[in-house]
Amino acid sequence: MKKILKGCASGLALTAATAVPLSAADMMTELGAGEGTVSIVAWPGYIERGETDAAFDWVTKFEAATSCKVEIKTANTSDEMVALMNEGGFDLVTASGDASLRLIAGGRVQPINIDLIPSWSRVDDRLKDAPWHTVKGTHYGTPFMWGPNVLMYNTEVFPEAPTSWNVVFEEMTLPDGESNTGRVQAYDGPIYIADAAMYLMAHQPELGIESPYELNEDQYAAALNVLRTQRTLVSRYWHDAFIQIDDFKNEGMVASSSWPFMVNLLKADGVPVASTIPSEGASGWADTLMLHADSEHPNCAYQFMEHSLNSNLQSDLSVWFGAVPSVPEACTDGSGMQTAEGCSENGLDDFDRIKFWQTPVSSCESQGTCVPYYRWVSDYIGVIGGR
Amino acid sequence: MSGFDTTQSAIFTPRSGPLSRMVDWVIRHPRMFVFLMVLPITLWLGIVYIGALIALLIQSFFSIDEFSGIVVREFTFKTYGELLRPYNLDIILRTISMATAVTIAAAVLAFPIAYFAARYAKGKWKALFYIGVMLPLWSSYLVKVYAWKLVLAKEGILTWLFAKLHLTWLLDGLLSLPVIGGNSLSVSYTGTFLVFLYIWLPYMIIPVQASLERVPGALLEAASDLGATPRQSFRMVLFPLALPGIIAGSIFTFSLTLGDYIVPQIVGNSRLFIGQAVYTQQGTAGNIPLAAAFTVVPIVIMGIYLWGARKMGAFDAL
Repeated sequence: MKKILKGCASGLALTAATAVPLSAADMMTELGAGEGTVSIVAWPGYIERGETDAAFDWVTKFEAATSCKVEIKTANTSDEMVALMNEGGFDLVTASGDASLRLIAGGRVQPINIDLIPSWSRVDDRLKDAPWHTVKGTHYGTPFMWGPNVLMYNTEVFPEAPTSWNVVFEEMTLPDGESNTGRVQAYDGPIYIADAAMYLMAHQPELGIESPYELNEDQYAAALNVLRTQRTLVSRYWHDAFIQIDDFKNEGMVASSSWPFMVNLLKADGVPVASTIPSEGASGWADTLMLHADSEHPNCAYQFMEHSLNSNLQSDLSVWFGAVPSVPEACTDGSGMQTAEGCSENGLDDFDRIKFWQTPVSSCESQGTCVPYYRWVSDYIGVIGGR
Repeated sequence: MSGFDTTQSAIFTPRSGPLSRMVDWVIRHPRMFVFLMVLPITLWLGIVYIGALIALLIQSFFSIDEFSGIVVREFTFKTYGELLRPYNLDIILRTISMATAVTIAAAVLAFPIAYFAARYAKGKWKALFYIGVMLPLWSSYLVKVYAWKLVLAKEGILTWLFAKLHLTWLLDGLLSLPVIGGNSLSVSYTGTFLVFLYIWLPYMIIPVQASLERVPGALLEAASDLGATPRQSFRMVLFPLALPGIIAGSIFTFSLTLGDYIVPQIVGNSRLFIGQAVYTQQGTAGNIPLAAAFTVVPIVIMGIYLWGARKMGAFDAL
């Protein structure tokens, strides 16, 4: 579950987003017979064939039905994914928002003909034209999974869900009468600066932040100040999902930015935690299944894209990963283990309040020049180091 | 004139077959034989090892374009300038201080253990000593670190033990100290230090023990015959003779702490060490020049350290 690094992956190549993408004319117009195999670059845990847990399998049936053998190559960071796709030899990739545009700009992925994917109509309307896979009206993939970075809290300390992220950003006395110092956590990826910026959007509107991923010098400095205050409250930043789980069990942590994945695992262990999306909103991630420009098995790949939208994949994967399916029906149609309650717990109803991760670049849309990701990295190191 | 042709008058006529010819040729050219034997090792050291280091060094003289984040392949010292910025200097100083503290503590702790093993342990006890020291090295490094995280946690074994012994005030006092304190042992420098010490201690004990075993017992007896107090004979006889072993051990503990990036990530207060900085800069930031420059720091430090260690005869004890 190294989803962890996806958002903080390199912002290098995105700045080259001026390159001309393949035109819509290059996409496939009809499907032929399957080529017998399809290779997929995926996040760990994304393509399961029942080997980790027999109950979670969305590959075996596909292989039986299409005779396309699925080969999986896992990648732990967005950088790795981009590098593998640049290298070639793969058909599909589950790219996150900070990798997908890089892949499109680099001409590594081809446009998708949605007419060849019958289940496209099932895709969440809010995702059909999402900017991380649609460029100038051309689709470059099928939405795969998405999810928010929620605020996880201990229900014994907070009888009612916190309504603001201020419990992790400012020193205060928590409902149990003790200070939050040393009892809250924050994510140790530089992309977390955006969470501070999002907090400022609500609390210091005079800064004029339009997107937490597009900050000018003043806005950026203000966000860093919020994080410097936070440093005095945080004993340890979380980096690895399982370390955070351990910290909530043994280290007395009571509130932190987190993923539904950890919330579900902790609940399953009987730890009194719950999650919420406070009034300021939340950051989040959204992944897209994209097709390599030089794919050798496009027919099988198209069949897998169809499969990803029209099978137990969406439903079971959303349970497995603590994510939200891109096909809303998957929550209720009984194709897998997911339920309506499970979906809303994972964030289905909060789509509009989520600011999806993207790589900060210097030439930004909202205000011309912004602080690029490269500086986010070194400055966040400074903040954690106590400067 | 019929000269005496040496090549024709060999005692044996050349054998047939390519393999036999090759063997004969190699035997007749001993220098080539040595060359062929040394070639693979030289290639390994030269290309794989030194070559990789040189590639790294070259990278550190490139820089990253501040606006686009793309690596500029032109010679510059800019990246080293960046390395000297306060927050990066913090990382370097933090790592060196930790490595120094761990090394000193390991030496202090290892000496009596090694002394006992070298002087008093015999037969079965000696075997037990070796197993005891080596056993931790047989299990996974990650498992050990995670286990320590649980031991040191706020609601972990150590806290419980302190509470049972009514010593909670002692632990709280320690944790309230500036710098080395923190919210719990597992999120403080003290915790990081303890884990480092545990993990690297065997690398100190073994060379110290080896050097102590080579100190002749007669020397110590002579010292006491001549009226030296135990303290004096330790200071003037035993310690100087064991010093090369301590220094050899310190090379391990110091350099291993200098480069580690797992322990401080799992146990500690999230402030970066050099290894983690390298990981972050090359992995998530794509700033390979700065990552390379960071890597040069331990190389330089260890270079100086090894040079000093050699002067003190550390390599005689390896």
